[in-house]
Amino acid sequence: MVAVVTGKDLEKYNLHWMPTLMSDTQMVLPTDTVMYQAQEVAAVIATDRYTARDGKEAVRVEYEPMTPVMDPYKSMEPGAPVLRPDKPGKTDNHIWHWEAGDRAKTEEVFKNADVVVKQHMHIPRIHVASIETCGCVAAYDKIENHLTMYMTTQAPHAIRTVIALVAGHVGLTEEKIRVISPDIGGGFGGKVPVYPGYVIAIAVSFLTGAPVKWIEDRSENLQADSFARDYHITAEMAGTKEGKILATRFKVLADHGYTDASANPSKFPTGLFSIGTGSYNYDTAFMEADAVYTNKPPGGVAYRCSFRVTEAVHAVERMTDLFAKQVGKDPAQLRMENFIKKDEFPWKSPTGGTYDSGDYHAGLEKAMKAIAYDEMRTEQIELRKQGKLMGIGISTFTEIVGAGPSKDFDILGIKMFDSAEIRVHPTGKAIARFGTKSQGQGHETTYAQIIAEELGIPAAHIQVEEGDTDTAPYGLGTYASRSTPTAGAAAAVAARKLRDKARKIAAYLLEVSEEDLEWEPGKFFVKGAPDKAKTIQEIVFAAYTNHPQGMEAGFEATHYYDPPNLTFPSGAYICIVDIDPETCEIKIRRFVAIDDCGNIINPMIVQGQVHGGLTQGLAPAMYEELIYDEAGNILNGTLMDYLVPTAVESPSWETGHTVTPSPHHPIGAKGVGESPTVGAPPAIVNAIVDAVSHLGIKHLEIPVTPYKLFKELKKVGYFK
Amino acid sequence: MKKTINIKLNGTDHSVEVEPRKLLVHLIREDLSMTGTHIGCDTTSCGACTVLIDGRSAKSCTILAIQADGKEITTVEGLATAGGLHPLQEGFKENHGLQCGFCTPGMMIRAVELLGKNPNPTESEIRWGISGNLCRCTGYNNIVKAIQYASAKMRGAELPSTEPEFV
Repeated sequence: MVAVVTGKDLEKYNLHWMPTLMSDTQMVLPTDTVMYQAQEVAAVIATDRYTARDGKEAVRVEYEPMTPVMDPYKSMEPGAPVLRPDKPGKTDNHIWHWEAGDRAKTEEVFKNADVVVKQHMHIPRIHVASIETCGCVAAYDKIENHLTMYMTTQAPHAIRTVIALVAGHVGLTEEKIRVISPDIGGGFGGKVPVYPGYVIAIAVSFLTGAPVKWIEDRSENLQADSFARDYHITAEMAGTKEGKILATRFKVLADHGYTDASANPSKFPTGLFSIGTGSYNYDTAFMEADAVYTNKPPGGVAYRCSFRVTEAVHAVERMTDLFAKQVGKDPAQLRMENFIKKDEFPWKSPTGGTYDSGDYHAGLEKAMKAIAYDEMRTEQIELRKQGKLMGIGISTFTEIVGAGPSKDFDILGIKMFDSAEIRVHPTGKAIARFGTKSQGQGHETTYAQIIAEELGIPAAHIQVEEGDTDTAPYGLGTYASRSTPTAGAAAAVAARKLRDKARKIAAYLLEVSEEDLEWEPGKFFVKGAPDKAKTIQEIVFAAYTNHPQGMEAGFEATHYYDPPNLTFPSGAYICIVDIDPETCEIKIRRFVAIDDCGNIINPMIVQGQVHGGLTQGLAPAMYEELIYDEAGNILNGTLMDYLVPTAVESPSWETGHTVTPSPHHPIGAKGVGESPTVGAPPAIVNAIVDAVSHLGIKHLEIPVTPYKLFKELKKVGYFK
Repeated sequence: MKKTINIKLNGTDHSVEVEPRKLLVHLIREDLSMTGTHIGCDTTSCGACTVLIDGRSAKSCTILAIQADGKEITTVEGLATAGGLHPLQEGFKENHGLQCGFCTPGMMIRAVELLGKNPNPTESEIRWGISGNLCRCTGYNNIVKAIQYASAKMRGAELPSTEPEFV
């Protein structure tokens, strides 16, 4: 064993606290108070993992019990223990208040509406549980005063800057830090934050000069890393008795644990929750949210969801079904009647966003056709006569991704552009580097295809590289479905810069004016004389061997893409469930997902993203929830009882698409990675509720387990 | 304290000294440097560490290295031959059966035993067959396709389409 590190040791270097991405503060190691069960209290440094475990047993901690605050509503009550007395002047547990829309106008519409439906719902605390946990090797070189940090991060550049901000005072300035995020496992948002383990590894490597490895085991990952969701939502929808939606009103209580360690853009404490007005044409809405501290782990990260969109979509899609039920309309019909029409884009939402494009009718029509919606409704009537429980659920969601435009979007002040750098070598082969970081999304293929399409160089000749801050251009990383909307756009724009240069070189080589040239992928040729042509490879070679005098040599371009707007993918999902009338076992018979992510670059990759996202939508709908008791104990902190769906629970997903390009994106793409996680839960829950709605059930909280369903069916007298 | 054990890993004999408490997965990854076998949990739930022990798939995070004394172990590194990829590796590659790839070695090793016992499994048999292995990226559709592809290839049957199917 080499050393035991405590908060007191880190305090000497002022490293016992660190900033969160939301400018709150988080303990690296505690000096006096532990805030939640499973919080790191000391670090044991050893030469191998078994010795470290032995060392851990030798650490004795004396705890003095305190009263935990586990319920966020109780955390708001006067007299609740103040959880963050370290914050000067803090006398309660409130973190922030947020609102969007028009409160007074919304109240007025609700007062005069024919129909108002209201439902409280909890979007439970869940965990990304990427099969690869988080870890790092911090390697500090004392001679060079240089840190190389190999780590599982989705945002290597941002992490480098954070390390420099936290450790600059001990001499680790940004040019002395190299962050390498190699071929890492899935992230889903969980690999965006800085965790105490990373900081401790850096600190110990800095002090000893030896490389220090930290890797979580699964239980540590589930119990101590950033959680996702945990929004308590009171949702209301107002409309006419004919079924026209007039207004929505959402009130949220956000349980952040002991610090706000969300990974949202700085000005968006609730992320992009304002998308909760949904895919529907109405002009009145009000949303507000308050965040509180509790004695739970910090977080508020994505779980494959772009900044709180899943919570918002669940609320609006559940409310749409409740409203349809209340006015006696088929939920598909009611959606069709309320959709924003394709010629009404750009659509200004009553809570602030401007949707770029969409064709919601086409998506739902396609999904209904694929699942044979009318026949399913007929079958449902027949099955009910036989006492069988079958339900059909719809979700027609609008996503909001591609953060984001620099005027509004930053993380810790760094604007949320992203970047591409293309270097084409003299022989026409290229390396392209990006500020994003793939965790299996296939950037190596997608970006190569974008450049190939724009420059006419075969994709196989383009090497794509990400994740090394010494070589890649600065960028904010991969999460929130932002890579294709930002770095993908940067790739296209950088390639177009090179095409402009290629035109100049081709004109010089062919001794014609630039206007006389026409482009077809792979070559410029003289208008009217297609045999007078120069291929892109010939042009690139000339850029190094025979470039026009006065022109800069070489064939490289960099672009930092600042998106003018976010992109708004959408989807129409329909789920059919069969429920065992005796055991309440819920089986997904079919699930059709029609996604519209604008122009599709690689259908196989997009489909793969949708499949995976759907299983991660199924998970919180039916299986996953981190459960705490009143004393603050986590009750399911391992993969034995935190139920990640297997291939058996996961149905055979049926996917398809409609294509409505984004008008402002250089290649009309929108992003897709998270749409299915956002859209699937309400489709599944709407189907389950639909299966038992005739028995008097209006709503079910997620995850909908057989036991939960059994208890609800007992309440309505179905079970004696 | 340490015991000497003899194992054959991917065809190579090793005689190694190990502490009795050392897990097989740590022996494979850290002492023998075969890092294709991964660790994804601490409760035998995720299957990322699946290896073949004398031809049977097992989760190497829950087996002591000394229990493998005298056994033959195959990890993902042992699947490809000089002739090329194993049909399962080819199936995963052709069908986009992996994204981040972390679960993939365990999935493929598990599927080796599955197809060995049941050369032409139904979709349901494949899904139950890999239900001890978790994947967070793919939603399993393409893993099932990959195993169906390998099954066809190993039986000499016509290979199924690798194109994505859309409704």
